[in-house]
Amino acid sequence: MGGPSVKKPILTARRAGLIACSVCHLLCQAGPPEATSRASKCPRCGATLHSRKPDSIARTWALVIAACIFYIPANVLPMTTVTSLGMVQSDTIMSGVIYFVQSGSWPIALVIFIASIFVPLVKLFILGFLLISVQFRSHYRPKDRTRLYLITEAVGRWSMLDIFVVTILVALVNLGALATIQAGPAALHFAAVVVITMVAAMSFDPRLIWDAKEKRHE
Amino acid sequence: MSLAHLMACHDCDLLQRIPSVPEGAAALCRRCGTVLIQNKPKSFQRPLALLFAGAILFVMFNAFPFLTFKKEGLEHQTHVITGIRQLADQGMEALAALVAINLLIVPGLHLLASLYVLVPVSLNRKVPGMFRVFRYLRLLQPWHMVEIFMLGVLVSLVKLAKMAQIIPGVAVYSLTAFIFVMAAASAAIDPHEVWERWEAPR
Repeated sequence: MGGPSVKKPILTARRAGLIACSVCHLLCQAGPPEATSRASKCPRCGATLHSRKPDSIARTWALVIAACIFYIPANVLPMTTVTSLGMVQSDTIMSGVIYFVQSGSWPIALVIFIASIFVPLVKLFILGFLLISVQFRSHYRPKDRTRLYLITEAVGRWSMLDIFVVTILVALVNLGALATIQAGPAALHFAAVVVITMVAAMSFDPRLIWDAKEKRHE
Repeated sequence: MSLAHLMACHDCDLLQRIPSVPEGAAALCRRCGTVLIQNKPKSFQRPLALLFAGAILFVMFNAFPFLTFKKEGLEHQTHVITGIRQLADQGMEALAALVAINLLIVPGLHLLASLYVLVPVSLNRKVPGMFRVFRYLRLLQPWHMVEIFMLGVLVSLVKLAKMAQIIPGVAVYSLTAFIFVMAAASAAIDPHEVWERWEAPR
C-alpha cells in the first residue's frame, strides 16, 4: 500500500458534461450526445471543440507507420553528394556521423547522431508504446507516461537539424567545377520522417492515458 | 457552481477550481502536474518591446550577408536565402519550401500575428479577427525552427573548417540575437490574460 492518498472521487471535464477548449482552455458545456458528432465551436476563440482529439489512436498509428516506412530510405540513400574536381562522393546520415568520429569531432558526431538517428527512432518507439498502453487500458504510471509524451512532443523538431546542415552546405560549397555539394534523395525522405512524427505527436491525446484510470473508479 | 473559476487540465482532463494566481506564481494540475496558469508580470509591455526588436533583427538577418566561403583567393558570399534557392535549383522544391517555411515564413508570420494581437490588447482595443489570429499563432509555434537552423550553422562550420575559411557576416549575429529575443517574447506573453481580455468590456 502506498502513502496516505486522498480517495476523492475524480471528476474530469468529460464526466461533468463539459469540454475544455483545446486552444484557449475555456470550459464549455458539451452538447447532448447526439449533437457531439456535429462540430461545435468554442464561443470565445472559435476553435472546434473536442472532448478528446478525434480518432487519436488510429491517426497516430497511421502516422507512426508512415514515418517508419520513410525512415528506411532516409537512412539508406545518400543525404549529400560532394563533387570535387571530378570526384564524386555520397554520404548517408550514418557515414556523416562516422566522418565526424574519425576526424575527432566527437561532440558534433554526438549531436548529429542524437538529432538524426536516435531521436526519430526513440520517438517512434515511445509513440508506439504510448498507443499500445492506451489500447490495453494500462494503469501503469500515468504521470510518467504523460511526461514522456510531453518530452517526445517537445524534442521532435530538433531532428530538422540535418536538413538545415544540408541547406547551409549546399549554399556555401557551390564553386562550379572546383567543388559542389548537392542534396541527395535521403534529405527529402528524412524531412518527411521529421514532419510526420511531429504531426503524429500532435495527434496523440494524452488524456487517453488518464481515461483508463477513470474507468476503474466507476 | 459557476464555470468561471473552474478549469480542466488539457493533459489529463481533471476538473479543478483555480484560485486567483498572484503575479509571478503558477497553478499546477493536482493530478498530473502540468502548468495550468502562469501569471506573468507586465505581460503586454515586455513582449511588445521584444517583438519590435525582433522585427528589426528579422529584416537585418535577411538583408545582410550570412556566411562567406574563402579559399585560396576564392570568395563566395551567401545570404540566408541562398541555400533555399540552391535546393530549389537542384530540383528539391519541396525541401526548399519546407526550409523556407520553418526559417522565414513561420517566424515572419509569428512576428506579424503577435504584433497584430498584442498592440490592440495592450491599448484595450479590439481589431477584427484578433482572437482568431491568436488561436492560429499557437499552431505556428512548433514549426518555428530558427534556433535549430543556428545549430546547423555550427555543425556546418565544423564540417567545412578543414576545407576552407568561413567568415560569419552580420546576418549570423542578427540571427543569434533574433533567437533570444523571440524566445524571451514567447516566454513573456501570458496567453491566459489575452483570452481574458476577450470577455473584458472595451
